[in-house]
Amino acid sequence: MILASALLFVGFLAAWQWMPALFGIPAFIIPSVGTVWDEFLRMLGHDRLVFHTAITAMQVGIGFILGVLLGIVCGFALGLSPSAEFVLSPYILALQIAPKVAFAPLFIIWFGYTVYPKILVCILIVFFPIMINVLGAVRALDPDIVRLARAFTASRVQVFWKIELPAAMPPLFAGLRIAATLAVIGVLVGELVGGNIGLGYLLAFGEGAGNTAMVFVTIILLTLIGIVLYGLVVLVEGRVLHYLPARARLAT
Amino acid sequence: MSTMAARLEFRDVTKRFADPRAGAVVAVEGVSLNVSDGEVVSLIGPSGCGKSTLLNMGAGLDPPNSGEVLVDGERVGGPSRHVAFMLQKDLLLPWRTIVENVELGQEILGVPRRDRRRRALDLLAKCRLPDFIDHYPHQLSGGMRQRAALARTLAVDPSVLLMDEPFSALDAQTKMVLQQDLGRTLADTGKTALFITHDLVEAVALSDRILVMSPRPGRIIREIVVAIPDRDNPMKRRQHPNVGAYVVELMNLLQIEQAAA
Ligand SMILES: Nc1ncnc2c1ncn2[C@@H]1O[C@H](COP(=O)(O)OP(=O)(O)OP(=O)(O)O)[C@@H](O)[C@H]1O
Ligand SMILES: [Mg+2]
Repeated sequence: MILASALLFVGFLAAWQWMPALFGIPAFIIPSVGTVWDEFLRMLGHDRLVFHTAITAMQVGIGFILGVLLGIVCGFALGLSPSAEFVLSPYILALQIAPKVAFAPLFIIWFGYTVYPKILVCILIVFFPIMINVLGAVRALDPDIVRLARAFTASRVQVFWKIELPAAMPPLFAGLRIAATLAVIGVLVGELVGGNIGLGYLLAFGEGAGNTAMVFVTIILLTLIGIVLYGLVVLVEGRVLHYLPARARLAT
Repeated sequence: MSTMAARLEFRDVTKRFADPRAGAVVAVEGVSLNVSDGEVVSLIGPSGCGKSTLLNMGAGLDPPNSGEVLVDGERVGGPSRHVAFMLQKDLLLPWRTIVENVELGQEILGVPRRDRRRRALDLLAKCRLPDFIDHYPHQLSGGMRQRAALARTLAVDPSVLLMDEPFSALDAQTKMVLQQDLGRTLADTGKTALFITHDLVEAVALSDRILVMSPRPGRIIREIVVAIPDRDNPMKRRQHPNVGAYVVELMNLLQIEQAAA
């Protein structure tokens, strides 16, 4: 399995290196692997690539964590209080349907070319899949389980920690997987809209300069940030949801 | 108090539920019953007659509209550590191992870790599940899961057990084995139990007394004392020649033949 994966990867790199030239595709459309690698090394030296990558990664990390925490809190608050959900649901729905990336210019007007608008877009975009999944989990919980705990004289707080919170874990992690992929998008949109830091800035800069290889490098790094975050989620999930039968767990 | 004092007592209990269409549904009306110390009483009656409603009131999960429920002479005002209940669903928590599930009630009561573990392991051995203590519920069969649920119920050492069709989801053979386990355990520990079932033979095999309820609004229409020896051995009791007569009597009271005609 691993061998097949590795062979596929090598094959993919080789195809990328030689296929475009074979079909006469110019380098400014698809630069070869070698060109992209050289550009990567150049950017490391001249464009403070490490700095920009770290900025983006930091914004993704902070936005992700804050968005997740907010989503968990709101998911439980609404899930445990049907009246609150009833009152707030139209607003939640509207905010959920609104394209979150459209808020990026607004946040930049409010906070300027700082890290805050990027983190804010990230929080907003991460928030919904988490909140919806937690809310759904609380609602789907068998009320008889809660009654059983209450019959054992459990307090409200005990019911939350011993029943409701652990019961929400599988859907929470499904939401976290989605959120991990969205977090990078949130930050990137903020960076594209304005500012002079982060991979989004380099991406826009590369585009303006007609430097396709630079665009490729940034896309790859953005993807890597997403992969790392997703990998962390999967890692934690494996520890938290270890009790699930194998068939209920996802391969990737 | 003498040993024949009522452990569990319902005094003229009535329970109504708000109903959007009918306005109010009277689930049970004027029910009085008592279960003495160490006694096993079965409650049978047509579906919807309020058996589960009675049990919920006994567990302190739902207050009656009028009348009162007493455990050991004290009025039930909410869930109590002296009463434990068990349902048709095992309600084992999938994220806990079997032994951790059995510990749930003691954990809620604040029993120290070591003590509750010792008691849980002890009960799992008695319930013949010692090899599965570290398994998760999904790794067990339905019968084993229900046995773990029984261990969890017993783990808090309740004086009164309330059981709502605990074996009705099991196949006939597993059911007999669990009835045997329960009958023996109840006799060994001298627990008091109120047991709901739709299985007439099960009611005869397990109980000292059977209370028959009317259709809704549920009232108790008949009390039958099961005068068959060996209450600690349901398997043997089942084979007693008088079982058939009790079952026929119950069938007549429940008008099962009329319903089928
Ligand atoms: N929470 C509730 N709200 C409204 N009505 C209820 C509620 N709980 C029970 N009822 C009604 O009370 C009546 C008695 O219900 P209960 O569950 O006690 O019946 P049961 O005897 O246990 O029936 P079964 O044998 O099918 O389990 C039913 O008509 C039911 O619809
Ligand atoms: Mg019922």
